[in-house]
Amino acid sequence: MLRILKTRVLKGVVTRHISPELFKEIEPDGRELRSLIRKKFGRSLNIREVDTGSCGACESEINAANNPVYDLQRFGVNFVASPRHADALLVTGPVSKNMLTALKKTYEAMAEPKFVITCGDCALDGGLFKDSYYVEGPVKDILPVALHIPGCPPSPSAIIKALLAFLK
Amino acid sequence: MDCSELISGIKNKFPGFNAVSVSQNYLDEVCIKVPAQIFKDTCLALHAILPSPVMMLFALDQREEAGKFVVNSVFVNFKASQWVTVTIDVPQENPCFDSLAKSIYSAALFEREIREMFGVEPKGNPDLRRLKLHDEVCPQGNYPLRKDFREIQPGELAGYKFARVEGEGIFEVPVGPVHAGIIGPGHFRFSVAGEPVINLESRLGFTHRGVEKLFEGKSCPEALRLAECVCGDSSFAHSLAFSHAAEKISGPRIPAQALYLRGIFLELERIYNHANDVGGIALDAGFSFPSALASVVKEAVLQLNERLCASRYLKNVNAVGGVSSGIDPHRKQELLAALKNIKRDFDELTEILLSSISFMDRVDTAGVLKRKTAQDLGITGLAGRASGIPTDLRKYFPGIYKEAKFKMALQGSGDVLARLRVRIAEFAESCRLIEEFAGKLSDGGQIRVDPQLKPGSALGYTEGWRGPVLYWVKTDPRGLIERCKIVDPSFHNWQGLSYAVLGNIIPDFPLCNKSFGLSYSGNDL
Repeated sequence: MLRILKTRVLKGVVTRHISPELFKEIEPDGRELRSLIRKKFGRSLNIREVDTGSCGACESEINAANNPVYDLQRFGVNFVASPRHADALLVTGPVSKNMLTALKKTYEAMAEPKFVITCGDCALDGGLFKDSYYVEGPVKDILPVALHIPGCPPSPSAIIKALLAFLK
Repeated sequence: MDCSELISGIKNKFPGFNAVSVSQNYLDEVCIKVPAQIFKDTCLALHAILPSPVMMLFALDQREEAGKFVVNSVFVNFKASQWVTVTIDVPQENPCFDSLAKSIYSAALFEREIREMFGVEPKGNPDLRRLKLHDEVCPQGNYPLRKDFREIQPGELAGYKFARVEGEGIFEVPVGPVHAGIIGPGHFRFSVAGEPVINLESRLGFTHRGVEKLFEGKSCPEALRLAECVCGDSSFAHSLAFSHAAEKISGPRIPAQALYLRGIFLELERIYNHANDVGGIALDAGFSFPSALASVVKEAVLQLNERLCASRYLKNVNAVGGVSSGIDPHRKQELLAALKNIKRDFDELTEILLSSISFMDRVDTAGVLKRKTAQDLGITGLAGRASGIPTDLRKYFPGIYKEAKFKMALQGSGDVLARLRVRIAEFAESCRLIEEFAGKLSDGGQIRVDPQLKPGSALGYTEGWRGPVLYWVKTDPRGLIERCKIVDPSFHNWQGLSYAVLGNIIPDFPLCNKSFGLSYSGNDL
């Protein structure tokens, strides 16, 4: 316990200390994002993520956006465990045929109003996998997509910036 | 053991052995062609004398040019640093071969894969359910890896039969394919009696994207980009294994500087993933502080990667023939300085974890995978080493790792703690290796050669952070890919998870799962 306290005190708030450039890059965007989310969503934007056949890099970056360095949650964006709690569906991957039903069911399980965000180049048009016999995508042919976050994979700061630009 | 010693070894074990041909195209590959009738006995003999699980088992469609299918079964010979391939012809009129699955369990999944992808029947395999083409969406009779396949033909759809456990008080808990976290999709069916799990069946394949088919007809640089997207957290290992195969076929000598740079990138990939998994194990035991600290460590490595090669996941840096960008002295200093901080943070993290009694209570003796089970299933990589199987390509196919005096991490107990300890030991070792390799970098040395691609086939391999990543590549006269078979260690190791959770309670499943740290996309392809 003492060690945890010591590490905690010595490390301080890592969002500030890990990289000054990164701090400057994210912080103003993030603050704006927070006030927009307060206004438009009544405090918080809840997102449910679904992987429809991504390689895992997008998931890794979405997770990274929630790490203590970027800490997306402090701006009011939560990743939730159930589609029933979600305002938005975040879809990665080119939509494998095996995932089509699961994707649709997840969307149907969400309460209105709801919208869909796609994340990563595969989700836009199938990316490198678009010519495959087993790819059903792109996502926009299956669900109404409101926002796309480009990148392979998009970096955590790109994810934050894209959310901000969309909500503005 | 050279070729003749190996052959006499097989003959000792199996007197009826009689090869059609034995060839050694590369120093590290022996190919034994046998009549189809003695395929099973030859494989059994190799399995026993090496000893080795089936590392790869795959088919090729050569009906157009030769009127046959070919089935290759690959074993590894650690003592001689060689891969041994047993190959047979399968006539197209009667596409079947003798199943190995009942005697060599590690062949079972491969045989199911061959059947669904080629329609070549493994005679005697008791389980013929499809792995990647789900019966609910893909009608029977579609064989995507046949050369004349164009697209999925409509037909009658069916369902999937899970193994059922029956009896009083037994109930099933289905989980997935969409999970609660930000993670890949897979379906797990637990059969539970009271609290302990008595059977777990994982149904995977949800992220199947037809990767192997997409490789066909691609040039090597295009294929390399695709290899980087097969499994996102092992993109460098996958690109390295692919380029290794392509380089063996074209035959240039890779400059030493490129080898050291590749070593550095491969170890960087290992440490960010190990940090991620150590954090994940802490999180799944409900210990959030170390998990947050681990994600800070992971982020530091990802940012370091970006500074070194402009990609957080080490994409676009590897090339067939070398690497596309080097590390100048300034960057090298940056690397070493960052590594020092990363190491310090990670040491702090492990101290916090290992000195917490309640955490240790959760991981100690949880999710045990016994050595015998692991051997039978052909468990590779870090999960294998945690169960006491000395298996690491960096040790047995050393190359640059020999001069760096690589030390393999090994544990015996096979529980979550053992897999955690393997990661902790490997993290330290990888940091040391990176420093060692960085010391060998010289400014201005050649880092890339331009290979001319010839027709041929070769096996490329590398020890990624999960275990051996294998690429068997065959090119045509234009230098385009004719067939590419990929085996990610997850393919073997998912089965290990099903055995490790037995007797544990469902709430410990995430912990066991994370301790294996397997890939959905690498398995499903």
